Amino acid sequence: MREPNELTDDSSEPLSDLELVRLARRGQWDAFESLLERLEPRVFALAMRLLRHRHDAEDVTQQTFVKVIENLEQFREESSVATWVLRIATNLALTAIRRRRPIQTLWNEGAAAGSDDMSSLSRPQFIAHWRDDPADLVGRAEVRQLLEEALDELDEKYRTVFTLRDIEQFSTRETAEILGITENNVKVRLLRARLQLRERLTHTLGDETQRLEPGDH
Amino acid sequence: MNCDELLKALNSYVDGEVDPEICTEFAAHLAGCNPCQVVVDNIRQTITLYRNGQPYPLPPEFHRRLHDVLRAKWQEKFGSSAEPAR
Repeated sequence: MREPNELTDDSSEPLSDLELVRLARRGQWDAFESLLERLEPRVFALAMRLLRHRHDAEDVTQQTFVKVIENLEQFREESSVATWVLRIATNLALTAIRRRRPIQTLWNEGAAAGSDDMSSLSRPQFIAHWRDDPADLVGRAEVRQLLEEALDELDEKYRTVFTLRDIEQFSTRETAEILGITENNVKVRLLRARLQLRERLTHTLGDETQRLEPGDH
Repeated sequence: MNCDELLKALNSYVDGEVDPEICTEFAAHLAGCNPCQVVVDNIRQTITLYRNGQPYPLPPEFHRRLHDVLRAKWQEKFGSSAEPAR
């Protein structure tokens, strides 16, 4: 069994997130700070993706870790520590968005207009292989800018589902629970988000000389 | 399966959650439809690009402020036992 002071023992393997939480429950700030160092970039990035505003994302990041401190004893170890923390962050970000726009029912709006069923999916229009591999694209500043713009153009409810499912890799069920919508709504919103982002990115990254006409069979 | 039906089943296929019978139909359509193949490839590339990108570095001054605020919160909760175990 690891002793508490093993946190500073260079010869040991890094402690897992769960081990850090258990040490933090005993009041060890160092353990909590190590966990904070690991998770704060993910929490901040998630908050930025959902809120699209740096100061709001900073507020949500701070609120998230304050809540983690307050609720250390309540963590039941049924999910990973990261999932627990990211769920807290997501719920706080959603609360912040709702506070910004109190009149709209963001997460349920649109169902009546057919946006949460498969009846009116936009067919792909610009179809072409990309000129470069994603591994080569990811580090380029202009591509980062493109990813930002495409995400900005997405409707908030699609962006939220895409962020939770495809970037943070929550399951469909977890995403539905966090957002308070059905699993089917999650699936349809994710499909719409993916199709819209694909269209937008392919316009810029696709090889125009090898563009294909949409299939019709 | 036609192109529109493939579009509706696309998520399940990309996520590996499609049932085997639909998967066979899906693969058969893809084998004969180059545009749909490219769309599926594009979707996978889109997800990869977003998943691997990290466009939001933590602002250094916020990092410092966050740690200060949380250390104060920690001391409020744990009192003198909040001292680092060095």
